[in-house]
Amino acid sequence: MPKLQALTAKETVEKIRGKEATAEECVLSVFERIHRLEDRVHAFVTLVEEEALKKARKIDKKVSGGKPTGKLAGVAIAVKDAICTNGIRTTCSSRMLENFVPPYDADVVERVKREDAVIIGKTNMDEFAMGSSTETSYFGPTHNPWDLSRVPGGSSGGSAAAIATEEAILAFGTDTGGSVRCPASYCSVVGIKPTYGLISRYGLIAYANSLEQIGPMARDVYDCALFLSVIAGHDPKDTTSVKAPAKDYTEFLKNSVEGLKIGVPKEFFGEGTSEDVEKQVWRGIHKLVELGASCEETSLPNLEHALATYYIVAMSEASSNLARYDGLRYGYRIDRDNADWSTVYSKNRRIGFGAEVRRRIILGTYALSAGYYDKYYLKALKIRTLIRRDFENAFKRFNVLIGPTMPIPPFKIGEKIQDPLALYMCDVDTVSANLAGLPAMSVPCGFTNGLPVGMQIIAPPLREDLMLQVAYTFEQNTTHKNRKPSLK
Amino acid sequence: MKRRRLSKKEVEHTAWLAHIELSEKEKKLFTEQFNDILDYFKKIDKVDTEDVQPTYHVLELMNVYREDEATPSLPKEEALKNAPKKEKEFLKAPRIV
Repeated sequence: MPKLQALTAKETVEKIRGKEATAEECVLSVFERIHRLEDRVHAFVTLVEEEALKKARKIDKKVSGGKPTGKLAGVAIAVKDAICTNGIRTTCSSRMLENFVPPYDADVVERVKREDAVIIGKTNMDEFAMGSSTETSYFGPTHNPWDLSRVPGGSSGGSAAAIATEEAILAFGTDTGGSVRCPASYCSVVGIKPTYGLISRYGLIAYANSLEQIGPMARDVYDCALFLSVIAGHDPKDTTSVKAPAKDYTEFLKNSVEGLKIGVPKEFFGEGTSEDVEKQVWRGIHKLVELGASCEETSLPNLEHALATYYIVAMSEASSNLARYDGLRYGYRIDRDNADWSTVYSKNRRIGFGAEVRRRIILGTYALSAGYYDKYYLKALKIRTLIRRDFENAFKRFNVLIGPTMPIPPFKIGEKIQDPLALYMCDVDTVSANLAGLPAMSVPCGFTNGLPVGMQIIAPPLREDLMLQVAYTFEQNTTHKNRKPSLK
Repeated sequence: MKRRRLSKKEVEHTAWLAHIELSEKEKKLFTEQFNDILDYFKKIDKVDTEDVQPTYHVLELMNVYREDEATPSLPKEEALKNAPKKEKEFLKAPRIV
């Protein structure tokens, strides 16, 4: 029998409801794992063991009293530190918010609490979600469980690493340009970036609000579907949230891709794509064809401009969103010698923000400034329209699009951090789904030299059901999810 | 040699607009890095966007209204809890003039 921390969310709930294990035992086993591995992995910024165990015992009381329990009863959930948790420090892995304790829960946090999930802590990330390696965290990098000298991907690197090491059963990520899918790929877990608007962003600390979505991360497709069903839904507190009917996504997990048409955009295998990655992803696609799907290479010509477009939009929005950090209502504050407001704010922001955050705010300010607005920001928004049109046309012919999640396998910690542009290039295959607002996910599709490779599936708006069906079928007919990192 | 798109002076000015102080060393480093990044961004210049409408938002949602009804909000102490400097029931701002 697998250890309790190795169970999926589905199995955990069944065990607890069936009285084969208590919620307290399940949560304790996760914390044992954390205490054994955290020194080496560093997936978490903050842990809340006492509160978690208290909550677990409450659930056990419900079970023993014969009361109904929620869909995630006793499931240990890690929350990315960009998502507000009432009474639990929420730092965005930034010195700016080192001591920030939100007085409210994000909508998604309320939703999982309602279903009796147990929050165990806040996971490490790139500062303000700006990065693809979790190296820009003020609290130090997270290490890839498959090779501790390598990055776990980012920005939700702590969440992905925590799931891969069994330091959590489920984890929240957020995805602005690939921040759920990239670390899912690099740590060999499953991660979803849903359709823009499907999940409320209320309580998510904003980076680039027209691009980002909160997303579920888990060790298998079923758990991701279950998690998504709990957190998706309209929220009047987020005006961009879609009024789509609630769905139980686990109902769509059919083991069949018979007759489905897969498009493979050649732009996803562009310059800089590693041959090993290319090989593994094509093997994955051929597997789906073997199972009854058809596949055809295609072209979405404007994807070539997606990366530049994404960075211009993201930096511009960041410069506006992060203007709120002045150290007045919350955040880092330094006052010296009765300095004037402008000097105080500028110093707070110099010391409170790390280099990458400052870079993006300043470049975003530049792209929005007089004389450059048309050249950069407006131009990028127009190309965003062209990219959306390319996808609309592609989905007239194909049910889903498939390609690599990341162009290269996980790289070494420190390898790229001095060269911002080289790091940006890693997002080349993920950003287009954010620009077009489409659902996209990463599923494990193999290994190269012991390092995980992820396959990206992109679907039309609000067709998470179809995307999950393809991912589920792939997972059911391959063995990648059985492979675990060798950390003891 | 590459044409510099952005001078150190412009970096200083933009950082000032964004209210971020930079050290001398950083001004130099950022100027170099920004030029590399802007050089990469120039690939969008050649895209024909004549008559293309900008996408501000992927959803077709426009002007989401709600009833103007008061709902419970944070009590004062809660709202002030995270403020680094306060006096009585107010946030304490730095010197304005």
